[in-house]
Amino acid sequence: MSASTARPFHTTPLARLGWLALALYLLWAMSSLDFNLARFIIGLDNGAKFIARMFPPNFERWDLLVKGLTESLQMAFLASFLGTLISLPLGLLAARNLLPRVITWPVRIVIIGCRSFHPVIVAIICVKAVGFGALAGIIALTVASVGFVGKLFTEAIEEISMKQIEAVRATGASFMNVVIFGVMPQVMFRFIGFAAYETDANLRNSTMVGIVGAGGIGGTLFAAFQRFDYDYVFAIVLSIIALIMVGEVLQIWLKKVFRQ
Amino acid sequence: MTSGATPLSAAARPGTGDTWQRFTLAEKLARFSVYIAIVAAVGWAAHSVEIIVEFIWDAPEQIADMGRRMWPIPWGFYPRGIHAALIETLNIAAVSTLLGVLMAVPVGFLAARNATPNRLINTIARFILVSTRSINTLLWALFFVAVFGPGALAGTLAIAFHSIGFIGKLFSEAVEDAHRGSIEALSAVGAPKLALIQYAYWPQVKPSFWSIALFRWDINVRESAVLGLVGAGGIGMALDTAINLFQWDRVALILATIFGVVIVAEMLVTEIRKRII
Repeated sequence: MSASTARPFHTTPLARLGWLALALYLLWAMSSLDFNLARFIIGLDNGAKFIARMFPPNFERWDLLVKGLTESLQMAFLASFLGTLISLPLGLLAARNLLPRVITWPVRIVIIGCRSFHPVIVAIICVKAVGFGALAGIIALTVASVGFVGKLFTEAIEEISMKQIEAVRATGASFMNVVIFGVMPQVMFRFIGFAAYETDANLRNSTMVGIVGAGGIGGTLFAAFQRFDYDYVFAIVLSIIALIMVGEVLQIWLKKVFRQ
Repeated sequence: MTSGATPLSAAARPGTGDTWQRFTLAEKLARFSVYIAIVAAVGWAAHSVEIIVEFIWDAPEQIADMGRRMWPIPWGFYPRGIHAALIETLNIAAVSTLLGVLMAVPVGFLAARNATPNRLINTIARFILVSTRSINTLLWALFFVAVFGPGALAGTLAIAFHSIGFIGKLFSEAVEDAHRGSIEALSAVGAPKLALIQYAYWPQVKPSFWSIALFRWDINVRESAVLGLVGAGGIGMALDTAINLFQWDRVALILATIFGVVIVAEMLVTEIRKRII
């Protein structure tokens, strides 16, 4: 791209070949989806039936709904708390501008490992390890939180100004003092932002991990779906959306409070 | 952190009105109530969540058992049972990103206040972005499985629709960050709306656009790996089958495959970002 400043509309033959390859791949991938007009028309018919059966939303079994949502909420809170608590030291240990590679590499691998699987997949393993229920969900969401907050926190630390660090080091401060007075004041605000974002993400995922038996409303949702109780499914989906909207509003408000 | 101002405010005489304080009383109260709320929420959750303690004591044994069943990983099974599913997963990720981008960019332009100076349209577009995002991919997948039947098509549409919110939100923010200079210059000579987008907005948002699309593709690779759990195609179907049949060695193989693909995708994205941004 460095040549683009001299010749703004210039593309190299190699880049063009790359675009062509990408376009061909996408065409091939689309054709492998087996999509055609007949299927689309049948689908529209199915969709109309599906939506007709969703209305009106059925809140009759609201007690089960509230129980599931409460459990999702508890899982999200605990996982966010534990996840941010764990990612605080891990993020510090993974920052390459503070510590030697010998320490940062193993920690980085842990963080990448936490992030590479979708929370629902981690939840499958947790259900096997600690059985059905909220605990499996909490562990799965905590792992996801460590992967996400840990990565962003590490990047935030690697972007800080080293002047403050050197100033604090020049006074003969220990490593912990450098962290507390040199690093944390520069990244604390961003850390709060990551934690708020992660809580929001955990709230969303905590309603889903139940599909594999890891607690929360997801189990109820999936069961209702398999029994074709689409009106109850719709009631659950509406409640989940309401919960997520509340979370989003709270997150905006939280950002306002910590705007500094 | 919040008490970082103490040495300064202690130096000034308290009560004289020239005490320097970092936060006003209202700000302090707001922050304090946030802390209280966090402690209360975590405390309530920890106190009332239902955890079966017997299961925790059993956990080490279960994990050891899982480890034994997972080993050795049957690599020979990959060409027969996993490869096709993996390719399907990658196809779902690529096509859904393309569809998501195609649907999200117009909505993103409509949601950006500078490109579309109409509050009503902005609000409607924003509502579309927020609502598509708040329905989880798995929920979209359940819906599309009911509509189009099980398979990759349902998965692709599910991820595409869920992606609209993410791509559209970031894209509209990028459009709003565009400098007014070239936009005003073009509108001053009477350029039509499409020319404005093509020559004033697009060159400015192009780097963000590619960055967002790549980022989303990376996320979609991960998401498409779980879709199979609800029957929407990809490697998740193989995973679901292996789990239901307690073939833990195959589960390990599938997890290793997903891990490898995710790492490669991430390295690819990092490499491309370095070149184009």
